[in-house]
Amino acid sequence: MTGNMIMDYSLLILFLPLVAFLIQIFIGKRLPRQGDWVAIGAVVTTLILSIAMFTSMLIGHEPHFAQEASFTWLDMGAFHIELGFLVDNITITMLLVVALISTMTHIFSIKYLEGDIRYSRYYAYLGLFTFSMNGIVLANNLISMYMFWELVGVSSYLLIGHWFEKDSAADAAKKAFLVNRVGDIGFFIGIMLIFSTLGTFVFSEIFEGISAGKMGGSILTFAGVGLFLGAMGKSSQFPLHIWLPDAMEGPTPVSALMHAATMVAAGVYLCVRLFPLFTPDALLVIAYVGGFTALFAATIAITQNDIKKVLAYSTVSQLGYMILSVGTGAYIAGFFHLVTHAMFKACLFYGSGSVIHAMHHALHKKHDHEADPQDMRNMGGFKDKMPITYWAMLISTLAISGVPLFSGFLSKDAILAGTLSFASHHPGHFLLPVFGFGAAAITAFYMFRLIFMTFHGKPQMEELYDDIHESPKEMTFPLIVLSSLSIFIFYTLPYFNPFSDHGWFSELIVASDAAVPGNPSAHHIAEGIHHAHYTAMALSLFVAAVGIFLSWTFYFKKKLSADEWAGKLKPMYALSFNKYFFDENYNRFIYQPFLKLSALVAHIDWDLYDKYFINGFGRVGKIISFFTGRMDYDGLDQTIVDGIGRSARQAGGVLKFLQTGRLQTYMLFALLGVVVIVLIQSF
Amino acid sequence: MDTSILSWIIWIPVIGMGAIALIPREKVQAIKMVTAVATGIQFLATIGLWTRFDLSNGGFQYMERAEWIPSFNITYILGVDGLSLPMVILTGLLFFLGTFVSWNIDRAQKGYFALYLLLNTGVMGVFLSLDFFLFYVFWEVMLLPMYFLIGMWGGPQREYAAIKFFLYTLFGSVLMLIAILALYFTCGRTFDMLLLMQTAPTALDGVMFWGMSAIKVIWVMLFIGFAIKVPVFPFHTWLPLAHVEAPTAISVILAGILLKLGVYGILRINYTMLPVAVWWFAGALALLGLINVIWGAMCALAQKDLKKLVAYSSVNHMGYLLIGMAAVIAAGEANGNNLLAAQAGLGGAVFQMFNHGTISAMLFILVGVIYDRAHHRDIEGFGGLATSMPIYSGIVAVAFFAGLGLPGLSGFISEAMCFIGAFPVFKAIVIASTLGILLNAAYFLWAFQRMFMGELNDKYKNLPEINKMELFTVVPLLVITVFFGIYPRPFLDLISSTMNVIIDTVANMGGIAGVF
Repeated sequence: MTGNMIMDYSLLILFLPLVAFLIQIFIGKRLPRQGDWVAIGAVVTTLILSIAMFTSMLIGHEPHFAQEASFTWLDMGAFHIELGFLVDNITITMLLVVALISTMTHIFSIKYLEGDIRYSRYYAYLGLFTFSMNGIVLANNLISMYMFWELVGVSSYLLIGHWFEKDSAADAAKKAFLVNRVGDIGFFIGIMLIFSTLGTFVFSEIFEGISAGKMGGSILTFAGVGLFLGAMGKSSQFPLHIWLPDAMEGPTPVSALMHAATMVAAGVYLCVRLFPLFTPDALLVIAYVGGFTALFAATIAITQNDIKKVLAYSTVSQLGYMILSVGTGAYIAGFFHLVTHAMFKACLFYGSGSVIHAMHHALHKKHDHEADPQDMRNMGGFKDKMPITYWAMLISTLAISGVPLFSGFLSKDAILAGTLSFASHHPGHFLLPVFGFGAAAITAFYMFRLIFMTFHGKPQMEELYDDIHESPKEMTFPLIVLSSLSIFIFYTLPYFNPFSDHGWFSELIVASDAAVPGNPSAHHIAEGIHHAHYTAMALSLFVAAVGIFLSWTFYFKKKLSADEWAGKLKPMYALSFNKYFFDENYNRFIYQPFLKLSALVAHIDWDLYDKYFINGFGRVGKIISFFTGRMDYDGLDQTIVDGIGRSARQAGGVLKFLQTGRLQTYMLFALLGVVVIVLIQSF
Repeated sequence: MDTSILSWIIWIPVIGMGAIALIPREKVQAIKMVTAVATGIQFLATIGLWTRFDLSNGGFQYMERAEWIPSFNITYILGVDGLSLPMVILTGLLFFLGTFVSWNIDRAQKGYFALYLLLNTGVMGVFLSLDFFLFYVFWEVMLLPMYFLIGMWGGPQREYAAIKFFLYTLFGSVLMLIAILALYFTCGRTFDMLLLMQTAPTALDGVMFWGMSAIKVIWVMLFIGFAIKVPVFPFHTWLPLAHVEAPTAISVILAGILLKLGVYGILRINYTMLPVAVWWFAGALALLGLINVIWGAMCALAQKDLKKLVAYSSVNHMGYLLIGMAAVIAAGEANGNNLLAAQAGLGGAVFQMFNHGTISAMLFILVGVIYDRAHHRDIEGFGGLATSMPIYSGIVAVAFFAGLGLPGLSGFISEAMCFIGAFPVFKAIVIASTLGILLNAAYFLWAFQRMFMGELNDKYKNLPEINKMELFTVVPLLVITVFFGIYPRPFLDLISSTMNVIIDTVANMGGIAGVF
């Protein structure tokens, strides 16, 4: 494929969903089938184009392929901004991921949202999201990255709030946007630090500037951490993780597309793109935030009963993994995990959607509006009723748990090898692999807990069991596609070794060297990972086996009672079940005090400052004029110039209408007098 | 260019006023039509200015000059440059659209539209005059119709609001008048602003007033006069009151244009006539900007009345602009001749003037739309309106997102430019004010949720959707907001040359700023 064609394809991929969005917003409702075919047509076209680009990448086989194009967006002379695209192998792979998951979501939603009151709106917003997400993927500079970043935030806001009649959905939408904006403040400060030092927004020029020593030290660390704050918001990293579980209020296909596979991965993508500019200190911050998040979120997922909440915390934890890998320098492993995770996590979400869909219909038939269709305690034994859903979810669970033959094993292994290698060079940071392996064990545990509770054992609500059915083919098709893509072979071709990630991915997606002097080279990091590979594999197989085994004993064999153990570990169980009370504490110590402070500020502004201080001038003026009036009337007027005084009194009568602020009026006349005198004297 | 187009632009509304005077008061339709035609022609004329404007020339164009009161050296001088042209076009547009916003005024229409046209002349006059005396006359001409428009056609507390607005602004104009006279007497007895721009910076050197540098004293007096209009904290409390009480169209004009007169005055007069004091005051200006941002946002967050929320959002948005204006000193030698930052900051400030003009106008029109239907503006009193008024809700959503600085809409670019420009010089202030990025989103989204999301309030199940006339007033503003949000270049090209002139003027004074 020639360079021009690559750019044309990229532009089409970017703008087709936007066109679909505009059509849907303005005339979607009047089209047949509310125009869902417009949206689906657009996104399928982008999928075809992405596949074409991807194929040509495989055929061309150039690890260092890169193509850029830009145009002048604004120009004031010295201050000018060029916006542009960067297409390299990372971009092409990511475009394919976005197009694929987006297409699957579009198809899945046909049935899942059938008969929804805002069906055409929904497809419109999906188009807006796909457009913005592709914008992030294609950006070659911080400004367009930031702009599309925020647009992604808006589409997330609109889609989480799709069922805005529910207060919980409206709250979740607002929360997602605001928490993301907290991160974006850091992002913007980072942009300003870089721009004010290097005078450019373009990635490649930034890296060149840093390599040349124009920027470094603590300023660069601050800039890096600032940019990373943006990633923390989008990728839901501790302590900004609170919005993602709430975002499950959105329709489930949206959760799969945005809050599992693509949008939340944007933070990781940002770190991958900007990796060369992070200083060692910044990378350490990144590693600890990611590692801690991975473990922390996993410990919450264990106790959740809402099927989507389990998956949400699992997503937070897996994103933590990816961030951790960036921090340890193994960022290509993080990107690899981003890709594999997109497939199996989206599949898990579609699976949960399929289950919820079935539950919902069964409950509807029984006229039961009390039971929660998302609560796993109401499920059980669905394996035989929903075989496709079951197998798809099982495959994805095997993948996420890191079982060999599945994609997650390869990518997770690479990340864990990265942490081991990092810790072997910096023994002080032994916690990082502990976070990683600990989270891996817990992940295997809670994911199998989900599978056992939902699909195995006895039905918990027997009256529903007969009405549980497999979902229609629009919903099972994406399940089949994505669970197939969770098998290792798609990532190792043309090789067939399930224990090694060697394949097209490792050959074509290669790490760049850090631009910051002092960071290890890409080659050095790759060596380290290679050395740690077998240890990591053995350890990760072991922890996954432990996790699965425990889960099996608790939830399949029921040899150990989960309730009993929850009682024994009550304080820890309560912390995990209540998500460590983050929402409550934020509410108590941040939101409420700030709202109170705002109310106080508004009170001071309006009821004190304005009413007493500003109007005080008026009051004082009134008093003064009262006395001057008395002096005027009783003194001058009554005793000396009775006749002439009458007119003054009339003037006073007119002035009476100026109820407040006589001081100003008097001042005005006094000043005008001065002016007149000055004018007269100067001629 | 030998034309009298600027005079026409200023005086067309007065001709319209004359025509209205001749129409009997019952013929309301005719009165409205005359207003629409007068403001329409004026708007087209302002567009005409743009089409033949020389972008590479940073100085004044379309100049007109005539003797007026020769014995006092008072001249009738008009001219337009890259700073005033966007404001002139905005004025033309908003007065034209405002006519249709006023369509439902139900009493004393003759007086209303006559005063409305007079206000129009006053505003245009301020933007176009280049003689200080003429400038001041137009400034005062503006005040009078505003007083009556709020005081007679406003809400329940209209008289209090009107008198407060009047006295507050008058206080400002008195200070301004003294400053103008001080300049007149110290700089060779002239009101000619072009002349003053050349002579004032040097003529005032070393002159002392009451033991203080004359430049500083005059600068501060002018600044307070203009700051009241902007409004800059702590001179801002007249604004929410005036907005809440004013009829919709007047709120639109007030927020869209009158606030910009303050900024325009500072840039036109303080910056170009007394540039050396900009160096002395820039830090304070940025700090005031920060206070405006945070204070305005916090007040907005606490509001229960939608119109008051929008009014405080103006205080907040003007804060970004002040920070951007302060960035101009980056171009001086003391700050490493950072022309890039100065252009970003000053360009951002002027762009923000325009964007706030369109966005806040849109917001006030939209507040008016719901007020006309529900007869209240209590944010808590609605709920779920997105179900009953989807088109209206969609437009409000875009307007709110524009207000919170969403990329893709014009407000983002200007706010970002203000930040980027000011950052190299005022790092701490800019970092502190980025908190506004969050707070803006908080108050707009929270208000949006309370009004439009949740269960539909039964009382408002049958509210009629936004009508064609209302759409006609909002859609042009919406289109402008989106267009400049995606492609800001035409606007920045328009102002760029003049911005460079102002930056040069200020930056060149950097050398002596230390001594002074």
